[in-house]
Amino acid sequence: MNADPRVALDVDGLDVDIHTPHAVLRAVDSVSFQAVRGRTVALLGESGCGKSMTATAIAGVLDPVAEVAGGSIRLSDGAGRVTDLVSASAKERRELAGKDLGIVFQDALTALNPVYPVGTQLAEPFRIHRGLSKRAARREAIELMRRVGIPEPETRVDAYPHQFSGGMRQRLLIAIAVALSPSVLLADEPTTALDVTVQAQIMSLLRDLREERDMAVVLITHDLALVFEQADRVVVMYAGNVVEEGPVDDVFGSPGHPYTRGLLDSVPVSAERGASLSSIGGAPPELSAIPSGCVYQDRCPLVRSLCREQRPTAREVSPGHRSACHFPDEVSSEEANRSVEVTR
Amino acid sequence: MLTFLRKRATTSLLPLVAVLLGVFLLARMTGDPAALYLPENATEAQKETFRTANGLDLPVWQQLLDYLGGVVRLDFGTSLRTGEPAAEMALRAFPATLQLALTTMVLAVVISIVIGSYAAYRPNSLADRLASFMSMTAASVPDFWLAITGVWIFAVMLGVLPTSGVDASMLSWVLPIATLLFRPAGVLTQVVRGAMVSALSAPYVRLARSKGADSRRVVTDHALRNAAAPALTVAGDLAVGLVNGAVVVESIFGWPGIGKLMIDSILQRDFAVLQAAVLLTAVTIFVLNVVIDLCYALLDARVRDKALV
Repeated sequence: MNADPRVALDVDGLDVDIHTPHAVLRAVDSVSFQAVRGRTVALLGESGCGKSMTATAIAGVLDPVAEVAGGSIRLSDGAGRVTDLVSASAKERRELAGKDLGIVFQDALTALNPVYPVGTQLAEPFRIHRGLSKRAARREAIELMRRVGIPEPETRVDAYPHQFSGGMRQRLLIAIAVALSPSVLLADEPTTALDVTVQAQIMSLLRDLREERDMAVVLITHDLALVFEQADRVVVMYAGNVVEEGPVDDVFGSPGHPYTRGLLDSVPVSAERGASLSSIGGAPPELSAIPSGCVYQDRCPLVRSLCREQRPTAREVSPGHRSACHFPDEVSSEEANRSVEVTR
Repeated sequence: MLTFLRKRATTSLLPLVAVLLGVFLLARMTGDPAALYLPENATEAQKETFRTANGLDLPVWQQLLDYLGGVVRLDFGTSLRTGEPAAEMALRAFPATLQLALTTMVLAVVISIVIGSYAAYRPNSLADRLASFMSMTAASVPDFWLAITGVWIFAVMLGVLPTSGVDASMLSWVLPIATLLFRPAGVLTQVVRGAMVSALSAPYVRLARSKGADSRRVVTDHALRNAAAPALTVAGDLAVGLVNGAVVVESIFGWPGIGKLMIDSILQRDFAVLQAAVLLTAVTIFVLNVVIDLCYALLDARVRDKALV
């Protein structure tokens, strides 16, 4: 599809289904995006929008009740060889996992195995993929701990996860994910459980590692500020669908979808004391009750009959900036109106 | 470590004394040994001589003090039946029970880990449901029924296994061990399965998979080690149950172990031997519990850290 050798991950039309006793629910609905080496693409959305499900589907660690139902996930390894993770065998996937694709999980407090010293767990990627001896892998683990900023790695390598703070544990998880300099690093809400000060340190560490190891970073988050600071491109997800995608400056500067607009309006940056905070009315639809037509119709201020009848396909609103809205121009104009109100 | 052992020993002292007291008093309620050991037509004077010779004429509290005094000096009295030191008889019978219990436990652990892990790896599959059904059944069958049915089928009808006793071949081991094995293997399989199901869906297993770990590494290195703690708790209880359950199985199969010794001592009002056997069993159970606690600490650094503070 895209011949750009810098594209490390090309997700195209990814569908993920959840099997419940009563029905099969589509949690991720033809999601497409690309991740480029040295850049960060953010998957942005509320909880339950399918962004984490997308990440776990890519990493091949979906819950047993969920399953990839369609699409492709093309991963380019260090040598430029491209593999479709959806059609790959379990063995092929295992060979890529950890080596060419790293993932940092959200729950830093529970993701490490409590019964092993952290050094053993950091050494595991080297043991699995490079077949290093225990001693050599341990040396690599110490080096890795030093790289992610853990003090006294020579002694801490034998400590257990519960003997580390939350921020340090997140550093350890990052160390494991980047151990073999994968071409793609998935970061699933990497700072949600952390203090704000620690959050900034972790994000700057991720950024440094991205440059140093030339990785494509996929940042999964609900935090608009984080996207604004960290990402080059943003993919806005709603109810399992991508509603808008583009360069962060374009998407945030002139949103092409009313949902993105609603999210931006909810940020209390320009609110004055005493003024009521803006929020999007209603709640995202249940997976079992996603409307036909536009997924956002029930909460959209611009909704009209076309939106209820036909699901909008993504169209380019400016170069590299696509929106799945029937009336993207009106989003911008309404935006303009509101700005006037605020300044007055 | 030493502090831990000392603490455990002191807290266990009181229950041990309580067991000793209980057995001592209960044993004396079974009746008068003189009525059993002397001929039916023995005169009252003869009985009195017998009682005096064995210290049975003294008030119970004095007998108790004498006994406790003896225990402190590691003198556990002599058998009324054989005149041998009671402790020697108990120690002689003990290895037979230990071999039986140990073999059973090892088999139960191996079986439950293999079947439980396999079932947990594919929850709700046909294999899982079959394993659950079989382990539930195995856990529920009473051992005396198993023993009798086993003897009837394999010893009486087919004639391939001996009905009781110990002979040089391993064949005499089959029925006692099979009888003892059903319950622990069944219970433990269920526990291992449950613990493995939750371990396999834990975040650290997801992390291991994301590193490219294969199923063997995920199951044995990451999940099993975490599932070991709950399994260990139950295995400990089951092991204690085995030492106790030996009483029934050893009686049925005429196995010369501590369980059979206890039953014989009760029937013959051989108080000293009974007390020695019970005390030995109680000490074994105490040691077993200490070993289990040490295993916890060995398995999980969090337990170690807590024990040190």
